[in-house]
Amino acid sequence: MDYYKASDLKRFAEVGTFAPELMDKFFEYYGAVTGSDGALTKREKALIALALAHAKQCPYCIDAYSTQCLESGADPEQMTEAIHVAAAMEAGMALVHGVQMQNCLKQRGAL
Amino acid sequence: MSSTFRRFITEHDVALAASRVGLMQVNITRLCNQACAHCHVAAGPNRREMMARETIERCLEVLGEHPEITTLDITGGAPELHPDFRELVSRARELDRHVMVRHNLTVTLERHPVTRASLAYLPAFFAEQGVEIVSSLPHYQPYLTDRQRGSGAFERSIASMRLLNEVGYGRPGSGLELNLVHNPVGPYLPADQCSLERDYHASLERSHGVVFNRLFALTNMPVARFAEHLEALGQAEEYRDRLSAACNPAAAANVMCRNMISVGYDGTLYDCDFNQMLDLAIEPEEPATIFTFDIDRLSERDIRFGDHCFGCTAGSGSSCGGATT
Repeated sequence: MDYYKASDLKRFAEVGTFAPELMDKFFEYYGAVTGSDGALTKREKALIALALAHAKQCPYCIDAYSTQCLESGADPEQMTEAIHVAAAMEAGMALVHGVQMQNCLKQRGAL
Repeated sequence: MSSTFRRFITEHDVALAASRVGLMQVNITRLCNQACAHCHVAAGPNRREMMARETIERCLEVLGEHPEITTLDITGGAPELHPDFRELVSRARELDRHVMVRHNLTVTLERHPVTRASLAYLPAFFAEQGVEIVSSLPHYQPYLTDRQRGSGAFERSIASMRLLNEVGYGRPGSGLELNLVHNPVGPYLPADQCSLERDYHASLERSHGVVFNRLFALTNMPVARFAEHLEALGQAEEYRDRLSAACNPAAAANVMCRNMISVGYDGTLYDCDFNQMLDLAIEPEEPATIFTFDIDRLSERDIRFGDHCFGCTAGSGSSCGGATT
């Protein structure tokens, strides 16, 4: 079995083969959130999505939102900063658990 | 020509009849000081095609006979490298035509690839003639421009823009328009023209101290060098799918071929510069040339469409004047 074939992204809608009304609702929601400028511009939304795609490590989304970032006018420097934000958040989320570790160390008399 | 594009416009009931010819675009040479990765003309320093003197004379004669053709758009290659370039500009201006020059900026700072003559006179000449300058600057980020136009092209372009700014181009109230052209570095659609224009203005003024008027965002056309580039990357089909999937009937309605005529260096007439590069001369008169120019027939012609036309109708649309929506 192959996993994460780039061409599979085009087949996303096939997930609606069953329970199509739920996929329709999803696509409608997805389009409403990401498809146009709102309080955030399409470019800002694309950069958020790109960062999240890296944090969640979704290759489909990385392909799609690298293109979407370029097509909404973001440049590679902005895109790289966006994934650093994701990486820094991931690091921070790991490290902040160190407080939990220290709570445990205190309970065990090691701190 | 039967094509997916024609099916699309038929299905969406988009009427793309030719209208009265109001703009003449002349491609006077394929010689260029640069060899940009995405050039649909595949222009470069080794090309030698030049419009003959008699053909230039005939273009001017046609302009003189047809006051409704209000604009002469001069392109190439680098049109400034043609020996009769200055005469063509000044005589079209004497006819009181609006003259646009597709000027690649760097040519001012380099020697003529064949004669080695200096072209440093260009900014003063452009200003004296009051021509509109349209210049490719693919991105405000130097590395993205250099990827398309060659190493150092961004810096040389900025230096050339400074010279144009010094004679008044891009300055408010000068009446001298310097418009820039953005196109994507690879197989994707250009971003929204207005938002890119804001970014260009902010970045170029803040980081480089240069100013311009408007930005035109163009889609890369899968023709000539860019088509070869896509084939080499294995992305030709994906890009064509991208363009056709993004086809926008509103953008299609305003495509430039409807009111222009494109003249090749040998005098052959085309609907646009892209058809010119694809050898799709105007039908049904084969070949229609500037020497048999008949504005009534041309204004009622059937435009020749092909699947490359999706390049002008995708997303916000694309023309020599940027987005069409």
